[in-house]
Amino acid sequence: MFTAIFGSFEAGIIYAIMALGVYLSFRILDFPDLTVDGSFVTGGAVASVMIMGGVNPYLATMSALFAGFLAGCMTGLLHTFGKINNLLSGILMMIALYSINLRIMGRPNISMLNTETAFSKIQDLFEKTGIDASLNKLLTMIGLGDSLPETWGILIIMILVTFVIKFLTDWFLQTEVGLAIRATGDNNRMIRSFSANTNLLTVLGLGISNALVAFSGALIAQQGGFSDVGMGIGMIVIGLASVIIGEALFGTKTIVRTTFAVIGGSIIYRIVVSLALRIEFLDPGDMKLITALIVIIALTMPKILEQSKEKKRKARKKAEMLNIIKAAERSGENHAAIKSDS
Amino acid sequence: MLQLNQIHKIFNEGSPDEKIAIDQINLSLEAGDFVTVIGSNGAGKSTLMNIISGGLFPDVGEVSIDGKDVTNMTEYKRSKMIGRVFQDPMAGTAPSMTIEENLAMAYSRNKTRTLRRGVTNKRRSYFREVLETLHLGLENRLSAKVGLLSGGERQALSLLMATFTEPSILLLDEHTAALDPSRAELITNITREIVDRYKLTTLMVTHNMQQAIDLGNRLIMMDKGQIILQVNEEQKKLLTIEGLLEEFKRIRGAQMDSDRAVLS
Repeated sequence: MFTAIFGSFEAGIIYAIMALGVYLSFRILDFPDLTVDGSFVTGGAVASVMIMGGVNPYLATMSALFAGFLAGCMTGLLHTFGKINNLLSGILMMIALYSINLRIMGRPNISMLNTETAFSKIQDLFEKTGIDASLNKLLTMIGLGDSLPETWGILIIMILVTFVIKFLTDWFLQTEVGLAIRATGDNNRMIRSFSANTNLLTVLGLGISNALVAFSGALIAQQGGFSDVGMGIGMIVIGLASVIIGEALFGTKTIVRTTFAVIGGSIIYRIVVSLALRIEFLDPGDMKLITALIVIIALTMPKILEQSKEKKRKARKKAEMLNIIKAAERSGENHAAIKSDS
Repeated sequence: MLQLNQIHKIFNEGSPDEKIAIDQINLSLEAGDFVTVIGSNGAGKSTLMNIISGGLFPDVGEVSIDGKDVTNMTEYKRSKMIGRVFQDPMAGTAPSMTIEENLAMAYSRNKTRTLRRGVTNKRRSYFREVLETLHLGLENRLSAKVGLLSGGERQALSLLMATFTEPSILLLDEHTAALDPSRAELITNITREIVDRYKLTTLMVTHNMQQAIDLGNRLIMMDKGQIILQVNEEQKKLLTIEGLLEEFKRIRGAQMDSDRAVLS
């Protein structure tokens, strides 16, 4: 149980970077960008090919980020300069990326087992610090000693990396350029009348969004030790699930709060999935179905809750009014009674 | 300040829906001119506004602002020089962003947008100062989302955002038409105040004849894509609604008579 939750936490915090990318396109730019399914794999493909070619894993990961940026820009160009519908530009880019990813990898999957990745490097560094040993000792003391995680390094480093990305995103969205990007998704016509080049801003926004997605893909590939041409299927839905769950649970009052919510949503999504998979008759093939169900529930539940709350409020209001009327009648009767007495 | 030279614009040319929207229009605004534009629906007023702002490009003719030819300049570049308020109170602001963020975006209009913070403390106090001139209490709600404001408040904010960077040209496109009479009057008063304060060169389209007579120093009447009447400062002071209607009948009367002859 603990291992499962620990694993979900670790995966959730890495996928959270992808979810932040989806948040940028889906919420900030109001652009349902399906490129994500392709650019996630592009990230994994670029990183794994470079790592297998002997390139420094950190450099390989940064190159993946850049490749994702280019993919996002392409989608943006299709939409703004090609005047293609936003959903369709994403779909076209996604399908194009499938072939491009195969070309990058040269074969459908690449294994990186027994190769030095960014994570194995971090793990090596971490073992020297002795934090693992002390944390595990602590767990044993509180009675969780039978299922100790292999390393805490990945989790701790990824929390740091994800939160750095979160703070950078928060900062960026408050800058002059960031404000203009937000307005592009909110009221395109208005920001154009304030001398903003909305085409360029859309391209830039989608570029950054897919850069984050590819970065996440590169990290997931290194964590799992392989990249596969099909590893991005349904990624956009997982991203949306994280955004929607997070927003529903943690609120959207400010940007700072919402980006935090998205990270939380990503972790909770992983935990829910891993718990669901522990149910006897479900197997890993059902994961996409579970994802779809989670998104459907997260989208419909808030409305249903809101409606039932509203119903209760109205019923209470009605009862109050009835009481007032009754009280008035009663005092009226008393009044009449007094009158008839006299 | 603004020069329109032989502007011609046809929609759907060569099809049965062909419509001459602007027919050989010449117009020139001096610095500080406040021109009101009236005319029935389909007279070409909105098309004219869009041609000035860069939302549409003329088939023939030139537009120049501040002596610079901007005929083929894209809308977003041109909007460095043009402030604009739309008819729809929802159109001029970003609803999910705060009042101060909206003002910050408007503040960046005639500058290059950088990676500096949009809302700084220094700017915030400046925004508070300019909001006070609206007398709507918005200066105390800087971090409220604009979507929460009423239509009148949003339109007042749009007007302020369009003007406080002192654009070369201010375009007002029936900006009081969607408001109730008292709000419309409020916005009209704010418009008069702001245009006066910044000495803005303004072109205002309106359907309200009284407003067209009350505001500004010049008036033009459009019909079927042409400017059929120009009233200068001296004449405008004596203008009444009856006078305007009579003038319209006199100019278009001959044509109306001939239309009637065809139909009967």
